[in-house]
Amino acid sequence: MSSLIVKNLSCQRGYNQLFKNLSFQVNGGDILRITGTNGSGKTSLLKILAGLSMQESGDIYLDKLCVRSQAYQNQIFYLGHLSALSAELTSIENLEFLTQLQGDVNQQQLFQALEQVGLKGYEDEYCAKLSAGQKRRVILAGLMLSQASIWLLDEPFTALDPHGVKIVETWIQQHCQQGGMCLFTTHQDSALENQKVLAL
Amino acid sequence: MNIFLQTLKRDLKIAIRNPSSVLNPLLFFIISISLFPLAISPEASTLSQIASGIIWVASMLAVLLSLNALFHHDFENGVLEQMVISHHSLPLLILSKVLAHWLLTGVPIILLSPVLSMLLFLDVAATQTLMLTLLLATPSLSLIGAIGASLIVGIKNSGMLLSLLILPLYIPILIFASSAVSQTQFGMSVDFELYILASILVLSLMTTPFVSSIALKISLE
Repeated sequence: MSSLIVKNLSCQRGYNQLFKNLSFQVNGGDILRITGTNGSGKTSLLKILAGLSMQESGDIYLDKLCVRSQAYQNQIFYLGHLSALSAELTSIENLEFLTQLQGDVNQQQLFQALEQVGLKGYEDEYCAKLSAGQKRRVILAGLMLSQASIWLLDEPFTALDPHGVKIVETWIQQHCQQGGMCLFTTHQDSALENQKVLAL
Repeated sequence: MNIFLQTLKRDLKIAIRNPSSVLNPLLFFIISISLFPLAISPEASTLSQIASGIIWVASMLAVLLSLNALFHHDFENGVLEQMVISHHSLPLLILSKVLAHWLLTGVPIILLSPVLSMLLFLDVAATQTLMLTLLLATPSLSLIGAIGASLIVGIKNSGMLLSLLILPLYIPILIFASSAVSQTQFGMSVDFELYILASILVLSLMTTPFVSSIALKISLE
C-alpha cells in the first residue's frame, strides 16, 4: 500500500509564512481532514501536493515518486476552488473533457456518473445555466470516474446540499476502503469515519 | 493524440458558441484596413505601394487582440489547473489550443486577405504572395503569442503588457513577410523571405509549446 510522505514542508506567500517544517504521512486507506482558519494555508498545501505550486522548502514523496514526476501526477485527482467548467459547454461535454484529461472513459460511464450525482436530465444543459451546487456536482461526477489513488479535495462540500454531502462522503469512504487516500479541506463538520485531522 | 483532437474540438465548440471573441479581432482587421484608403488617398498607385504593410500590420494587431483570450477563460474557470496536472503532455494540449486559435483567427485572415488586397489595389501576383506569407507566418504569430499569453494569464488588464512582450518578437515576421509582397510587386524573387518565414514557423512549432508550458506553470503558482 502506498504512502504519501511530507517532510519539513514550508510555504511562504509574500511576507506571510503559511506553515513551516510541516511533516506528516498519509497511508493508503487514510482520510486526512485539513482544517485551519482562512489564510492558514490549506489551499496552498493542497496545491503543493498536487504539483501546482512550489514549496519554499521540504520534500514530498509518494513511495519514491517525486511530486513533479508524471507518475506521481497520474496518481492525483485535484479538485480546486474553481468550477473547472466552461460556461459554453454542456454538463456532459465538460465532464467528458475533464475525464479525458485524466484518462479515457466511455459515454455510458459519463451518463451514469451524472445520474449518480443527481443530474439526470441535465446532461445537455449549458453549465452557464446550472446553479453553483449543480456545477459542483458535475465536477464531483468526474471524481467518481477518476482512477487516481490520491484525492486532493479543496472544500469539496461547498455549495452542496446535505444529500450531495452524503454522496461525496460515501465516495470518500469507499475510495479509502479500497486502499486509496483522501486529503480534503473543509470548514464544515464531517461525519466521515476514521478521519485524521491536520490543523494548520 | 486523442486528447489533442478533443482539446481542439472543445476550443472550437466554445468559440462557435461565443462568437464575439472570434469576430472582434476579424472586424478590427477589416475595419482598420478599410479606413486607410479614406485616411491616406484613394489613388491606386499610392495604396498599392503600402498595401502589404497595411495588411500585415493589421493582421498582427488582430492576432494580438485575440491572444488575451487564449488561456484566460480556462485560467478563470480552473480548467487550466486541470490541464497542468492532467495525465497528458501539457505542450501537446497547448499546441492543440494554439491550433484552434490559428483556425479561428489566422485562417479567416488568410481568407479575407484577397478581398482586402483588392481594396488596396494589390495585383494578383502580390496577392498570391501575401496569402502565402500569411499562410506561413500566421501560425508563427499564434505560437509565439502563446508564450506571452501564458506569461500574463494571471494578470488582470494585461493587454498592454502582452503587446510589449510579443511585438518585438513579431518584428522579423513583419519585415520578411511585407518585404516578400513588395518584392513580388517589383518582379523579384521571394524565395529567401519565404524560406525565412518557413524556418521561423518550424522553430516556433518545435520550441514554443514547451516554453509556453513552463510559463503557464510559473503563472499558475
